[in-house]
Amino acid sequence: MAERPEDLNLPNAVITRIIKEALPDGVNVSKEARKAISQAASIFVLYATSWLVARFVLYEKLYSGNLPKCNLCVDPSANNFAMKAKRKTLNAGDVMSAMEEMEFERFLQPLRQALEAYKKGQKGKKEASEQKRKEKKNITDENDKSRDEEEDEHMDDEQEGENEGEEEDVEN
Amino acid sequence: MSEKTMEEKVEQATNSKNVSLPMSRVRLIMKSSPDVSCINQDALFLTTKATELFVQHLALSSYKNGSGKETNTLSYSDLANAAEETETFQFLTDILPKKILARDYLKSLEEMKKDDDSL
Repeated sequence: MAERPEDLNLPNAVITRIIKEALPDGVNVSKEARKAISQAASIFVLYATSWLVARFVLYEKLYSGNLPKCNLCVDPSANNFAMKAKRKTLNAGDVMSAMEEMEFERFLQPLRQALEAYKKGQKGKKEASEQKRKEKKNITDENDKSRDEEEDEHMDDEQEGENEGEEEDVEN
Repeated sequence: MSEKTMEEKVEQATNSKNVSLPMSRVRLIMKSSPDVSCINQDALFLTTKATELFVQHLALSSYKNGSGKETNTLSYSDLANAAEETETFQFLTDILPKKILARDYLKSLEEMKKDDDSL
């Protein structure tokens, strides 16, 4: 099923699960309420995003582009703001500030904890995949090495068997 | 074989600490907003997590304040009430309007017209 570009909704199943987990056991949720919460969640993302961009858009509009290009003008403060505005990537700190400004301070602590756990997990994943790559490289190297040896020397089967046995030990 | 187990373990750990909502979808929504160029991965994670917290908060607050407690059901009107009465949910009033009967609406329209005429 092709996704329409306007499909800015979040998956119903996940939203439903989050709602059920938040409410006391046995509480029902009407279909209409579920749909409304899902839409509210999308609006929340948009609302948060608008808070995130508000600050640098303001700086950009005030201080860059609209400045008259004058070689004689030396206004260090204007340059600074334009440079600040050049930071176009939204980062974690921006999100935390936005939550505060939106008056969702209650989210700050759980968000900080979640971010720490997430970062650890990402680091672990990275290390795991690097480890995997290293091991793959070792195996490839060993294979190349044994192939070279086969070509150079006319080895009989016994010796080949021995070499393979050695390689297996190295891998383990 | 041992590396597979380690990978599985790491995945399990990250999944239990990660988010349920798809970050790709959240990124899509954020990108639909003008002036957004790049979103750092941590920022995307936080926004997604915050959205989950928001869903929990909205559901629970609406239920607690609403009349649904008697019927043991969270209904649309509970949400609409929360949007109107709670300051932090005010940004939702447009998408969670309170429902009124058609005849009440027509009545209030008439009254507004009367006021205009009398001016």
